[in-house]
Amino acid sequence: MAVTREDVLHIAELARLGVDAARAEELTKELSAILAHMDVLSQIDTTSVPTTAGIGSGGTPLRPDVGVSPLMKGTLESFAPSMRDGFFIVPRLATHEDPSESGA
Amino acid sequence: MSVENYTQLGAAAIASSVRAGQVLPADLIRASFKRAADIGAGPDELNIVLYADEKASLEEAEEIQNRVNSAADVGVLAGVPVAIKDNIASLGLPTTCASKILKGYVSPFEATAVTRLRANGAMIVAKTNMDEFAMGSSTENSAYGPTRNPVDVRCVAGGSSGGSAAAVAAGITPIALGSETGGSVRQPAAFCGVVGVKPTYGRVSRYGLVAFASSLDQIGVVGRSVDDAALGLEVIAGFDKMDSTSSEVDVPIYRLAALGKPAPEAHDPDTEAIRIGRSPVPLPPPPSPHTLEGVVIGKPREYFPDSLDTGIRDLCERALERFRSMGATIRDISLPRSPLAIPVYYILAPAEASSNLARFDGVRYGLRVDPGKGLKAMYEATRSAGFGREVTRRILLGTYVLSAGYYDAYYKKAQAVRTLIADDFRSVFAAGVNAIFTPTTPTPAFPIGAISDPYEMYLNDIFTVTANLAGVPAISVPIGRMRRLPVGGQIITAHFDEYTMFRVAYALEAGLGREAHQ
Repeated sequence: MAVTREDVLHIAELARLGVDAARAEELTKELSAILAHMDVLSQIDTTSVPTTAGIGSGGTPLRPDVGVSPLMKGTLESFAPSMRDGFFIVPRLATHEDPSESGA
Repeated sequence: MSVENYTQLGAAAIASSVRAGQVLPADLIRASFKRAADIGAGPDELNIVLYADEKASLEEAEEIQNRVNSAADVGVLAGVPVAIKDNIASLGLPTTCASKILKGYVSPFEATAVTRLRANGAMIVAKTNMDEFAMGSSTENSAYGPTRNPVDVRCVAGGSSGGSAAAVAAGITPIALGSETGGSVRQPAAFCGVVGVKPTYGRVSRYGLVAFASSLDQIGVVGRSVDDAALGLEVIAGFDKMDSTSSEVDVPIYRLAALGKPAPEAHDPDTEAIRIGRSPVPLPPPPSPHTLEGVVIGKPREYFPDSLDTGIRDLCERALERFRSMGATIRDISLPRSPLAIPVYYILAPAEASSNLARFDGVRYGLRVDPGKGLKAMYEATRSAGFGREVTRRILLGTYVLSAGYYDAYYKKAQAVRTLIADDFRSVFAAGVNAIFTPTTPTPAFPIGAISDPYEMYLNDIFTVTANLAGVPAISVPIGRMRRLPVGGQIITAHFDEYTMFRVAYALEAGLGREAHQ
């Protein structure tokens, strides 16, 4: 299945990755070439085969629904790009923003 | 024992000398840093080590010495310098996954595997280079440049745990932690002429391992010898409440597999004394026609295709002959769906990665690039500046196979074929095969820059990726050299049967002797 340039731009938007025109052209070719090797799977009959999402551990059991403190030795401020009063600061959403105020 | 020959020593010998007060942990730290300096482990030469702090490591050595002086149980890794792959969280040194997006990030918590190493007396001396977010087979995808192979500096060290394999091969540490998603410990171990083990999925806690593809990821061990790998895995294995996929199955003392006997009963008092280092492991007998008596080793035809390099094939045949001479039965077997493993893996792993790497968005940690045009523009600018080409490619590939219209054809299909691949392994082991032997890689280490096509690079994992998809344990052991480059042989066993895997690996190492490195 060949990937189109429009596909690349669409999935780049879904993945929140900025891709310029030249890189979009390259990625169109690269992803098409890689996915061509995956087509072999369409020839395998898996009609009655269950899917495997994880192996060997018997699923992911739920822990008791109680709050657990993270085992942190440092503070959030030590690694967060921007914090204020214990909150992570993010730029304003585009729909509400005044560009001169964005960037927190 | 003397630190003069540090680069030749096994972890067990180092630890017993430290516990006996014959060697100071601080001298071992100095020996490790001296070796790293002598061989050029820094960024301008072999580029093995990304982060290290000799002063902090010497402080750690002082703590170990205090434990020795107070006659406490220091542990089976007392005073052993250990290197850690840069995607495993450690206190004190950065954890950056060799990515610009995490440049400077120091984790506020530590991986369970690292905590267990320290609790058993190990000292962390370095964070090692890797392919960015463990995506690659050559460590050329590191944002900080490729690691060079200590055996031949023109060649790659393999990947993604290339720095860890090179650190052990260069004699900087006897043990290093790596991580596997599709062969990222075994392949670089094979390329660098050392031992690399990937445990059963669930055997080692993933807590603190930066997630790439969670249904496949496992922390593994690189060792100078089979014994180093066995000791390292023994320490980090076992249930951890912080990882809901970790198993409660008992952990045997893998080093006893060297004796060529079945595993002792769990919680036997004599063997528990060995586990904590109070008693030594008895000396194993030399290899004999009885060493592997009763062991059936499968030779899968799909891993020995006509196109296999004759040099690799000849070294594998020599290894199989040694197995026979030690009493094993070699049986031709088939794992018919193995040729489908690369397409399956390169759908499932990128799909999981596209979800896992969504967290790197410039909000909570790491890089933020803000062009001042709102939140979405900040996300895109941060991720585009922070991720390298291969990581970007895989996120997009994963997003594509999960997107509407393609989910069933790619992702769901790959999950079903994964079931068939795992069934192949279950069938072979149910039919009485105890271990499977294959080449670890289709070629030895290749020159830096030699492979530019992404899919050609993916084919490096062709013999290793099935064990990850099936969740079974596997180990790579040196079996000789071709064109002066190391070649690895792979031993695969059933779920949670690492003991048999180590038994066969110890026998192979002893049976080949010096030929393993010739």
